[in-house]
Amino acid sequence: MKKTEYIKLIDTTKCTACRGCQVACKQWNEMPAMRTRNFGSYQNPPDLQWNTWTLIRFQEHVDKNGDFKWLFRKDGCMHCTEAACIKVCPSGALYHTEYGTVGINQKLCIGCKACISACPFDIPRFNQQTEKIYKCDLCYDRLKDGQQPACALSCPTGAITVGEREAMIDKAYGRLDQLEGKGIVYGDKFVGGTHVMYILSEDPAVYDKLPVKPRIPASVILWKNLFKPFTLIGMGAVAGMAALHYLIKGPHEVHENKEGDE
Amino acid sequence: MTNHYIDLKNSDVILIMGSNAAEHHPLAFKWIMRAKDAGARVIHVDPRYTRTSARCDYHVPIRSGTDIAFLGGMIKYIIEGNKFFRDYVVNYTNASFLVNPDFSFEDGLFSGYDAQKRSYNKETWTFQKDGNGIPLKDPTLKHPQCVFQLLKQHYSRYTLDKVSSITGVSKENLLKVYEEYSATGAPDKAGTECYALGWTHHTSGSQNIRTMSIIQLLLGNMGIAGGGINALRGEPNVQGSTDHCILYGNLPGYLKMPTASLATLEQYLTKNTPTSSDPQSANYYQNYPNFFVSWLKSLYGDAATPENGFGYSWLPKLEDGKHYSQLHLFDRMYEGAIKGLFAYGTDPAVSSPNTKKTRKALEKLDWLVCANIFDNETASFWFGPGVDPKQVKTEVFLLPAAATMEKEGSQSNSGRWVQWKYKAVTPPGDAISCGDIQIRMMDAIKALYAKEGGPSAEPILNLKWNYKDIDGNMDVLKVSKQINGYWEADVEVTENGAKKIMNKGGLVPTFGMLRSDGTTSCGNWIMSGSFGADGENKMARRGKEDPTGLGLYPNWSFVWPVNRRIIYNRASCDINGKPYNPKRNILEWKDGKWVGDVPDGPWPPMADKEKGKYPFIMKVDGVASLFGPAMAEGPFPEHYEPLEGPLAKNPLSSQLINPTIELFSSDLDQVANASDKFPYVCTTYSCTEHWCSGALTRWQAWLLEMQPELYVEISEELARELEIANGSKVKVSSARGEAACIAMVTKRFKPFTIEGRTVHQVGLPFNYGWLYPEDGSDSTNFLTPTVGDANTFCPEYKAFMVNVTRR
Amino acid sequence: MELTRRGFLKLSGAVGASSALGLNFKPVNAYAAELSKSNRIKSSKQYTTICAYCSCGCGLICSVDNLTGKIFNIEGDPENPINEGALCAKGAGFFDLTEANKHRLTKVRYRAPYSDKWEEKDWDWAFSRIARLVKDTRDKDFVTTNAQGRLVNRTESIAHLGSSNIDNEECWLISQSVRAMGLVYIDHQARV
Repeated sequence: MKKTEYIKLIDTTKCTACRGCQVACKQWNEMPAMRTRNFGSYQNPPDLQWNTWTLIRFQEHVDKNGDFKWLFRKDGCMHCTEAACIKVCPSGALYHTEYGTVGINQKLCIGCKACISACPFDIPRFNQQTEKIYKCDLCYDRLKDGQQPACALSCPTGAITVGEREAMIDKAYGRLDQLEGKGIVYGDKFVGGTHVMYILSEDPAVYDKLPVKPRIPASVILWKNLFKPFTLIGMGAVAGMAALHYLIKGPHEVHENKEGDE
Repeated sequence: MTNHYIDLKNSDVILIMGSNAAEHHPLAFKWIMRAKDAGARVIHVDPRYTRTSARCDYHVPIRSGTDIAFLGGMIKYIIEGNKFFRDYVVNYTNASFLVNPDFSFEDGLFSGYDAQKRSYNKETWTFQKDGNGIPLKDPTLKHPQCVFQLLKQHYSRYTLDKVSSITGVSKENLLKVYEEYSATGAPDKAGTECYALGWTHHTSGSQNIRTMSIIQLLLGNMGIAGGGINALRGEPNVQGSTDHCILYGNLPGYLKMPTASLATLEQYLTKNTPTSSDPQSANYYQNYPNFFVSWLKSLYGDAATPENGFGYSWLPKLEDGKHYSQLHLFDRMYEGAIKGLFAYGTDPAVSSPNTKKTRKALEKLDWLVCANIFDNETASFWFGPGVDPKQVKTEVFLLPAAATMEKEGSQSNSGRWVQWKYKAVTPPGDAISCGDIQIRMMDAIKALYAKEGGPSAEPILNLKWNYKDIDGNMDVLKVSKQINGYWEADVEVTENGAKKIMNKGGLVPTFGMLRSDGTTSCGNWIMSGSFGADGENKMARRGKEDPTGLGLYPNWSFVWPVNRRIIYNRASCDINGKPYNPKRNILEWKDGKWVGDVPDGPWPPMADKEKGKYPFIMKVDGVASLFGPAMAEGPFPEHYEPLEGPLAKNPLSSQLINPTIELFSSDLDQVANASDKFPYVCTTYSCTEHWCSGALTRWQAWLLEMQPELYVEISEELARELEIANGSKVKVSSARGEAACIAMVTKRFKPFTIEGRTVHQVGLPFNYGWLYPEDGSDSTNFLTPTVGDANTFCPEYKAFMVNVTRR
Repeated sequence: MELTRRGFLKLSGAVGASSALGLNFKPVNAYAAELSKSNRIKSSKQYTTICAYCSCGCGLICSVDNLTGKIFNIEGDPENPINEGALCAKGAGFFDLTEANKHRLTKVRYRAPYSDKWEEKDWDWAFSRIARLVKDTRDKDFVTTNAQGRLVNRTESIAHLGSSNIDNEECWLISQSVRAMGLVYIDHQARV
């Protein structure tokens, strides 16, 4: 039975980068930390990791008026409606939940990494020890109980809120009015609409690692239509994945994070 | 805080200066953003662009240590531009008071300065009085000797050009802040100020805050919803630990520690109980003897009797004029005069200024007792970098303590909300709470004195110390009830006109009932009323009612004093008791009584010449002090340069540095002012992800992951000059020591133009120490000087001089 | 509609009454290892506490597993009007202050003069040794009268630092007892 679709709205104009969300996510999901070094930024870990599903990106930016801005963007799974990762997942580990979000069932994951190659937002991460994929599931367990996801509960300033799809889209555009046009709504116009949306203060092109026009790679559509029905039966999974990987991204290097001591 | 965190939402203009609220009080920012959403302007004045600046309407960079110049310019702007709230200033401050004609100010010094003692004789810092001893006033504020005119004259020197040249703030930015903030002088507008260690960590710390207090009084922003002076304090129970006065100069409830010249209880009480001849001044501290004697009864119990002065003679007496602060303590320890140290939940080997001196001092101890939940650099100093354990005589105890969720008790936030917390689990292993540690240790000490005797054994043997439950553990309710206070005898009182017997052993319902004859005992008068007479623990209340809609939550927890959520709240009304701002009505005199928040005393408003009282009831004159003679440096704040700064001369006077700060002179107290060797202004701070010395947070992998090691933030301009790349290894050094760290090259620091030349500023967090993480970094405080504020001895962590080099 | 139901359990207004026992909310009958975390919380005992970092005074809820007796989740207390369930990075990571953190001290450590190592001791030994040191130092250095011959009754060679990170009742016990010992070098983080 299809239930209410939820959207998480991330209002970057309210975010103070306190990183309560980044830690609350780890606390709730019982994810360990890694030993990092300071590389000249507040941002750490430097990127999403198998154990870091939500990350505040810090970026210094001078806008076209010459005004300095320090941009904070909470990065993580966008929970696409037309989700490339689900389309390529051969095992059914990635799936759409009744809330429209992208769930992950690790028991089914075979570690093929197809989703990594397919994701237009570069979100899923592979853990070499467990040989499985990890990413945000928008606290599916909490949503089932009518609870806010851990990140949203933790957010001090209301920069992260979650609610029914239509209400949140209205809220996003309502906020634009409040900002007197100095903002952009991101997320409702592509891949069938994402279940994570942003209010951005700058043009999307300004932000690190945020695609301006995200879309499912054509090759994924090809893959899905031609090969996926046969994947695990018709050909060796590994060979199949390699073919897919090459098809989508060419010889793309998959994120393989070194694990630290913690 | 005069107000409280939620009240920030009620403000029209929020000036964040001396604070990085978004990073260090992230939940304060919940309420600041709430105000902003409702249309408030939020301004950040700070040397560095921070996460706070990112969410403010704008950021104004300022050279560290020049806040008084900045704010002095605002006082001039407010007075000369006639932006002040005249009604409030005339009635509720000492603006109209006539000052002693011999009072003077010349070239940076007030009358009465003694250069030898580096202090003032304050005999001219007084008011002229009439035959009845009541201060003479000129409500027109025109008399040349009235406070208002002297204030105007004092700050007339703080011109835009001068202030800009000292602070490095452009004149355009100065005017922008002055104009927006002074607009809150309108009766229906509220302006608030949030400060933190950015103001207190200076040789001029107290005067930074006083300058802003003067502004708030001129604009009528004290005592109102959305106003006040709000110290965002830095530790979870620093309000409570201060209220209970683990401090050399005060006893619980801010009672004064006795000094040697006050030999008897009578002398002590006479000295510390203010008197006022003005019948309209409530002069609430006239009740001082009730608070003090009740406290003595809590200390010595039945052994405190009228005959022995309630044990007054047993109390330690400070030497008159001598100080015993952490700065003095480590100075004395470095000299070898201190043999034993207790250090609970603190890591001075990282957090005290001048780390090299602090750590050398620790080596001179005979014994050290630490109690913590994690090991830290203080407990483990004897095997720290460069220390040979075989040369260190100190006997060290590291006692495992319970973490906060492993014990029951109360904690006071910065808004004076005393909230109750519950014990969720027992502490791991042998760990016990600090309270249990103190109880059992004192039991052992008392037992030794009982057995062997010794000098002045009475105060130890007579210490009231019956705070255990039947299992021998600390009984937290026994303690908190003694803090609240008990009747020590059956006493007849009059309540609402009716006579009533209060029974011995019952809880005192409020400090208004405390007595100086030994019939009440109270561990801390400001906390009296935290229990109801019926035994209700008000600190544990969780009622969510908010009748004013202004976020006072009168039934959530207990707020001292007497559940008053906004102090000085009578000043939110005019002299007839009508709210100046009906939209944010926290209190109103209606039908012969106050309605709203708990008022500062029940008396009618001051227009009632018979029964009415002035609003600032804790002040002897009943009004707030624009002229503040209690301060060490003078009644009006004046700009002086930090002990170490980029300038050889103070642009405002011949007094380069604060003339009343104490100068420490050990071989490790080196200073380099205006030196080519250390050309950059440096400041230090925390980050959201760590806390204080990092003694708790560095052990936590989630937090360490985000901020793994020490860094120095430097501008792109300075980095170019020094050929330093972002993320590269550098060394920061001062006249006292050095800190190895990573360079964070940023647009968030910008060079200043000071007195016509370019001055760079850099900054480092102070959250790191050698013990953990092992491959991390050591204390930033190797760089900072042993010097502090002249009133409080808060160390100068925020302005000193360094060099930065590659390594 | 926005998701506004905050917190797993509705904390009733009568929480104060259930004080010392914490907040016990009808544990479910069967505990199963396969329970989701949400369900585990619903079958746990819950206790409110206050954050131990800055001075905002944010409320938190600790969930204690009925079987293990250990805390397994800590998140913001949605009923607390100050934080309404929200927490910053440090508060959100509060769980790492519990005994789950392997760095927590669990034994009394003692370092003898000139030794290069810690030894483990029990409390009785530690308290009696500390009492001995306090008494010997105090008795040796006690100042009864100052240079002017005035009674001062003070112990100048023992100092106390801390703490603003312990409860009020503990602070007060320290404040009282250090005065009884005659200490004058008394300070804590309020100054630094």
